[in-house]
Amino acid sequence: MSIRIPLRPLTRILDARRRGENPDNVEKENLRLRHEAMRDRMRLRAESRLLMVAFCFIVAFGAVGVKMAELATSEPTEPRIAYNGPTILNTRADITDRQGRILATNFATNALYAHPQDIIYPRRAADGLAAIFPEMDADDLYRRFTSDRTFIWLRRYISPEQEQMVHDIGSPGLLFGPREMRLYPNGSIAAHVLGGAGFGEEAVNAAEVIGIAGIEAEFDEELRDPTRSEALMLSLDLTIQSTVEEVLGGAMVLMNARGAAAVLMDVHTGEVISMASLPDFDPNARPRPLLEGDQADDPLFNRAVQGVYELGSVFKTFTIAQALELNLFSVYDMIDTTGPLRMAGFAIRDFSNYGPEQSVADVLIHSSNIGTSRIAQTIGRERQRDFLGELGLLEPTTIELVEGDSGRPLLPPRWGELATMTISYGHGLSTSPLHLAGAYATMVNGGTEITPTLLRRETPQVGERIISEGTSAMIQQLLRQVVTEGTASFGEVEGYFVGGKTGTADLPRPNGGYYDERNLNTFASAFPMHDPQYVLIVTLQEAVELSGPEPRRTAGWTAVPVAAELIRRTAPLLGLRPDVEYPLGLQLSSSSN
Amino acid sequence: MRFTTILAAIGVVGLGYWAYHQTIQTQMTDREVRSLERQIAAEAERLSVLRAEWADLNRPDRLRDLVAFNFERLGLLPLDPSQFADPAQIPFPQVVQENASTGDAL
Repeated sequence: MSIRIPLRPLTRILDARRRGENPDNVEKENLRLRHEAMRDRMRLRAESRLLMVAFCFIVAFGAVGVKMAELATSEPTEPRIAYNGPTILNTRADITDRQGRILATNFATNALYAHPQDIIYPRRAADGLAAIFPEMDADDLYRRFTSDRTFIWLRRYISPEQEQMVHDIGSPGLLFGPREMRLYPNGSIAAHVLGGAGFGEEAVNAAEVIGIAGIEAEFDEELRDPTRSEALMLSLDLTIQSTVEEVLGGAMVLMNARGAAAVLMDVHTGEVISMASLPDFDPNARPRPLLEGDQADDPLFNRAVQGVYELGSVFKTFTIAQALELNLFSVYDMIDTTGPLRMAGFAIRDFSNYGPEQSVADVLIHSSNIGTSRIAQTIGRERQRDFLGELGLLEPTTIELVEGDSGRPLLPPRWGELATMTISYGHGLSTSPLHLAGAYATMVNGGTEITPTLLRRETPQVGERIISEGTSAMIQQLLRQVVTEGTASFGEVEGYFVGGKTGTADLPRPNGGYYDERNLNTFASAFPMHDPQYVLIVTLQEAVELSGPEPRRTAGWTAVPVAAELIRRTAPLLGLRPDVEYPLGLQLSSSSN
Repeated sequence: MRFTTILAAIGVVGLGYWAYHQTIQTQMTDREVRSLERQIAAEAERLSVLRAEWADLNRPDRLRDLVAFNFERLGLLPLDPSQFADPAQIPFPQVVQENASTGDAL
């Protein structure tokens, strides 16, 4: 802003007067200039205001435009969160077998509860309920309905029929809360693997289903994950599992056994195709754990995983394998087997005498305790322990079951020379059948470590090498010979080239020593032996075969025929075709015209 | 001036109607979506019940009992190794000698 110019500057007025002009013109001129300047200023201000308004409009319309463009180009999405049905469904993922057949699923049902203050005729409601549910007592219910309580749980879950019957009582104080129930449609099949589920935190309109045992508990977090939609696929095969349980159940009756267990495992992938333990239970109505008596009699006890026993001569395979691997012996070397072998006041004897000297191969085939002990003496304590450790026999298995950790092998208190000798033929070290399955898989699969798993996997495990391929091939031959000419002659199944090793162990007394007539019979087998695909471990507790004049308690008479029957039944289901010579003349059918 | 005002007024009324119409339509679609979702939830529940039922009907124990019960009619036995065959055992289809039978006629 410049200094205000006077309208009638004296000098210019005087100049104008001198020239005879009207001095008012000067004033007019100056006034005009001043007005012009004022007008310019006003216009400038108005323009800037207009610009300001225009800017505001541009911003406002721009915002609308941007929003519209965003709406037009973005994917249409649901404006609200997904609608939740009246019941929260499938919050827990299903469990299926390796072919997608359901082993565990959920079932929507209702829980029954009562608001006693809303019950108008407590007597009638109590009588009605007692008539529907046999376990309820009418007088007890009446007492509770007339008490001061405002909320009573009556039943965890009820069937749709029972729900209708409760509706028919017509009492406004009896109410239903939606519940999700874990259902195991196959009943007791694979019961020990599945474990069971129960209710966790409970509210009126929902209850948490939690796994309480087996794989349900091991994968509880994953199964409960609400973002998970796919089922948990196990390595088990439902058909094979049911066949194994059926055959094993029959065997328990035939062989008068107290318990039985079987593990069928793929030697390359480590997948457990079937794991059975008898007696079993129904996971839909899981029994209470046995509080007194022998834990091994509890149906909940998983013999295949938790049952650690001295498994006997099946361990000889490991001793021989290590001796061959370390090049201490060849299979043709002769071993002194004159008995009994005395060591620290303990006599090691053989079941039957095959002469003063046997080859290493015959020591395994005829199952000589003395021969194996002598080989173990050569191997030595440290190397034996390291080898068994590499085979995973000194630690609990990492199987995907919560019970897995309780299957901790029992090591001798002092691993001295005597222990080395007894462990070489399977006494003094207790392991579970599952441990044995893993170790035998390593023996026959070419010599690499296998970790048993219950989860489906497509690819073979690439484990650490424990024995060379040559040793593994040798063990395959020896195990085959045990069946063709040794203690497991009943194990032959035509076309499947079964190989394996028997083990007959006396069960230990709880307070030291061993029972004379209570055995644990084991057959650790693999098939087909020229290219092993599966290992099968069968154990029978206190089995006795009574068809002969004398009761027979050896594994060769009890566990081996059971294993043979299992292989005969399951191998075709596993898709293995028997390798037999087909007589050319025999034709399936003739297409007669 | 007057003409544009009237035009603008008509425009406002038209747009108002259009906006209102859209709102109603949105609400109706919304309601439809909600009912569809309820249906989906019900169907999912039904599906899970059916799956459970299917698994229950196909449980090996039941099938085994059914096979035993219907043995006379069906004669089903467990799969056996002897049921595997070699392709060589399947006879070739017999070549029908067309000429031999029709030779006379020709």
